[in-house]
Amino acid sequence: MEKRNLTCIVCPMGCALTVELEEGKVLSVSGNTCPRGEKYAQEECTHPTRVLTSTIRVADGVLPVVPVKTAAPIPKELLFEAMAALRELTVPAPVAIGDVICPDLCGTGIALLATSSVEKKEPDA
Amino acid sequence: MKYDVAVIGGGVVGSMILRELSRYQLKSILLERQEDVAMGASRANSAIVHAGFDAKPGTKKADFNVKGNALMETVAKELSVPFCRNGSMVLAFSDEDLETLETLRLRGEENGVPMLRILCPEEVWEKEPAISREIKGALWAPTGGIVCPYELTIGGIENAMDNGAELKTNFCVTGIRKDGDSFVVVSPEEEICASYIVNAAGLFADEIARMVGDDSFSISPRRGEYELLDKTQGTLVHATIFQPPTKMGKGILVTPTVDGNLLTGPTSEDISDKEDTETTAAGLDKVQKLAVKSVPGINYRNVITAFTGLRACPDSGDFVIGPAKGEPHLIHAAGIESPGLTSAPAIAPEIVRLLGEAGLPLHPKEDFCPNRRPFPKFREMSDEEREALVQQDPRFGKIVCRCETITEGEVLEAIHRNPPARSVDAVKRRTRAGMGRCQGGFCGPQVVEILARELGIPMDEVTKSGGKSRMLTGKTRGEGGAI
Amino acid sequence: MKKLDLVIIGGGPAGMAAAVAAYEKGVRNLLILDREPQLGGILEQCIHNGFGLHRFKEELTGPEYAARFAEKVAEYGIPCLLNTMVLDLETESDGTKIVTAVSPQEGYLKLNARAVILAMGCRERPRGALNIAGTRPAGIYTAGAAQKFVNIKGQMPGKRVVILGSGDIGLIMARRMTLEGAKVEAVCELMPYSGGLTRNIVQCLADFGIPLKLSHTVVQIHGKERVEAVTIAAVGPDRRPIPGTEEKIPCDTLLLSVGLIPENELSRQAGVEMDPVTGGAVVDENRQTSIPGVFACGNVLHVHDLVDYVSEEAEIAGKQAAAYLDGCRMDAEMFPVSGKDGVRYVVPQRIRKGAAPFALYFRVGDVYRDVRIVVECGGKTLVSRIKKKVAPGEMETLPLKAEQVSQIDGLVTVRLEQKGAE
Repeated sequence: MEKRNLTCIVCPMGCALTVELEEGKVLSVSGNTCPRGEKYAQEECTHPTRVLTSTIRVADGVLPVVPVKTAAPIPKELLFEAMAALRELTVPAPVAIGDVICPDLCGTGIALLATSSVEKKEPDA
Repeated sequence: MKYDVAVIGGGVVGSMILRELSRYQLKSILLERQEDVAMGASRANSAIVHAGFDAKPGTKKADFNVKGNALMETVAKELSVPFCRNGSMVLAFSDEDLETLETLRLRGEENGVPMLRILCPEEVWEKEPAISREIKGALWAPTGGIVCPYELTIGGIENAMDNGAELKTNFCVTGIRKDGDSFVVVSPEEEICASYIVNAAGLFADEIARMVGDDSFSISPRRGEYELLDKTQGTLVHATIFQPPTKMGKGILVTPTVDGNLLTGPTSEDISDKEDTETTAAGLDKVQKLAVKSVPGINYRNVITAFTGLRACPDSGDFVIGPAKGEPHLIHAAGIESPGLTSAPAIAPEIVRLLGEAGLPLHPKEDFCPNRRPFPKFREMSDEEREALVQQDPRFGKIVCRCETITEGEVLEAIHRNPPARSVDAVKRRTRAGMGRCQGGFCGPQVVEILARELGIPMDEVTKSGGKSRMLTGKTRGEGGAI
Repeated sequence: MKKLDLVIIGGGPAGMAAAVAAYEKGVRNLLILDREPQLGGILEQCIHNGFGLHRFKEELTGPEYAARFAEKVAEYGIPCLLNTMVLDLETESDGTKIVTAVSPQEGYLKLNARAVILAMGCRERPRGALNIAGTRPAGIYTAGAAQKFVNIKGQMPGKRVVILGSGDIGLIMARRMTLEGAKVEAVCELMPYSGGLTRNIVQCLADFGIPLKLSHTVVQIHGKERVEAVTIAAVGPDRRPIPGTEEKIPCDTLLLSVGLIPENELSRQAGVEMDPVTGGAVVDENRQTSIPGVFACGNVLHVHDLVDYVSEEAEIAGKQAAAYLDGCRMDAEMFPVSGKDGVRYVVPQRIRKGAAPFALYFRVGDVYRDVRIVVECGGKTLVSRIKKKVAPGEMETLPLKAEQVSQIDGLVTVRLEQKGAE
């Protein structure tokens, strides 16, 4: 049996949770003061996910990079792999907020979206 | 390239000497080991134009102090550098201190300091209500003043360059040899030929002297730590407030600066490392404790920066001014510790006179212009002046530093005028961008970007103050493939 | 001189929400001034998500949250002057406000306004570095400056990082720098608790195994040209370093995240009465300052932890500025509001007699568990609420209903009571 300590982030209480696991399955959750804590611990211990936010290189833009996010949370263990993948990407200006930069990031089936706009740089006179 | 005179050291003394040389038909060059001028003692000191009652009568310090004080007003005006004759006070906290004040007053009179007077406590408080109620009196010297030491240095060098003098930065003198009648001044990268040398190398002046075989003096660093406070504290006192001097120096002072901040310090500690400009917890603690003894109301929550200055203390105890031992064509302007800033305008003509005596032909330049074009200061302008300036150049309409109201136009002047700013700190010293209460949090990224653009270098090559002091470590996204 | 009804100083979340609210209340002759080349303020560099949960019931990134309001500003055609820095605000004897501003495009401007909304936001406290002994090499940044470099300029400020202060921007930057390949060695917090949101401690530090060293501070910076190391030390209850606990951590960067200060140089210059605790203006429940017709909202008023509350507060200011322009008199008798027994500050600081229902926003000075928040006036308890935990990092809000507001006839106090200890 494995024991894990987590801090619940559902509300500002920040309950210190203790989770007992066996072969990846949650046996018990303690330390929570409400049922939402138990649900959080369940998810966090079985398939933790995070929304990844970062930037992508822009070609010929007024700014060198544009901020992006994954359209949905991706598995937490893929964060660094996803970073490596998006480091290779370049998007030509103009970029508009909501543009799909990459329809399927690292085989997750989750798209990478621009979260801001970058206009095209005026060519130097 | 052969020069008539090479001045080694780009501090305030070197600056004033170069400017003095530029009055004559000479080819002069200033050699500075750092990436910018005013990087040693001239960058970090008390910024005081001393009245002249400290030095013992008959010393060079006493002589040049009083002469320099009298010249400062004109020099500052010509160079468009802010100077204020705010007066200075030495406080007495005991009867013994009162005796010290009397000694200082007599010494000052002997040195030729005008208008010295001992004030009773009530007179002190009338002038300076924030002064401690514990005092027994004060020595009042109305000729004391304040000036910005690096602005004065930069101003002098710009004016000298406008009059034909040259500047070489990042030139660290590692050797001097003779080639016939000339000197060859050597740095790791290049060599320069000059008929005469002026040694104004500050802390390193003894090392320069040894390069020509003169070991008659040595220089040791004395560390002084300071704390600079926000402009909200800058009006606590109007005059410069000293405590009675000790053998280690003039004690902790409290003074407004010409920019309206409050400066407190310095500590005084003899050290051995000539580049050790660290601040220490103990030192800063001492500054605070002693400064509030003079002015109890100082609010140290408003500190905006702390810094350490190194003073070049000569073993002789007095300025070393004159030809090198065994080398009449090298003139020392060495060991210029306090009151060096005050003395610099008076030392410069003396050095030039000595060069003349040593054989340098001095023919005045007919077209010498003593005046430096004022550096535009948006924050100090009237509505009409601002309007006209922005209309003439829209870049003065872009505020880069919001704390000090510094415009992009001013940053550009700093980069493109002589001596040119090549780093974030160099821009800061010329414009005050980053010197305000946010300490560059807002303007830092913008200044880096402007420097990169104007110097035609990538952003990550911009430095804080030359050398390896890079601000950034590289792009987050190097070159990569397309989608 | 151009004559306007309403000038909004600052086009960040507060300024945009205030402008939109004022527009929706009928104000047409209005103008937003902002120093950046685009609207959005600091949100433009806050590319992480977590914004808008309260307001839009979804997790947006900073630029997306800003875009929601910028789109409204555009839809309504509210004019904006960008790249424009406001330099001065004065009130004429007839109550007219004169706003002096400058921009490369428009030059030096004087605007005449009947009402002004202050929405300049806040800046980072640089003080963290000031009393640290040692050198001043390259590589010392506020977390926000580092964020701008990384997220807007695409530049890395360093590769091996120590962060002083556990404010939210510092925590966010710990994650951001880590994802970009930097090694964040530690986050040191002087206090025994973090100033940041729990969510950020978990997702920005714990996720990446970055140690949060509570009751620790940086005592020395090493390195002549670039930062080479910092020495950290544990601090005692007096927050002074404990000798013997020093630890030298090699690094090339020190980031400071030691708090935010409302950016009120302009307000002070204008003569607005200030609250020394919040660092912002003293306002009534309409967010009107001591100068009639000058309103304040958002982080310039007091530092918020969630932008959602900034928008909410800005809407109050926008609506009330519209009411003021409609001739609504706001000079009724005022009752002061103050916090005690653990409540560090309360906004608004004043309540007008006969006020409409409103909410109190406040912060506590320490971490408390199982407390009762009590709002009292003249011995009467107006509201009381039990909280399991309150912390300095999380702003509390407490709405007052009409019947509670109607009971206000003097000083209102907000205090904490240990539960059970009546």
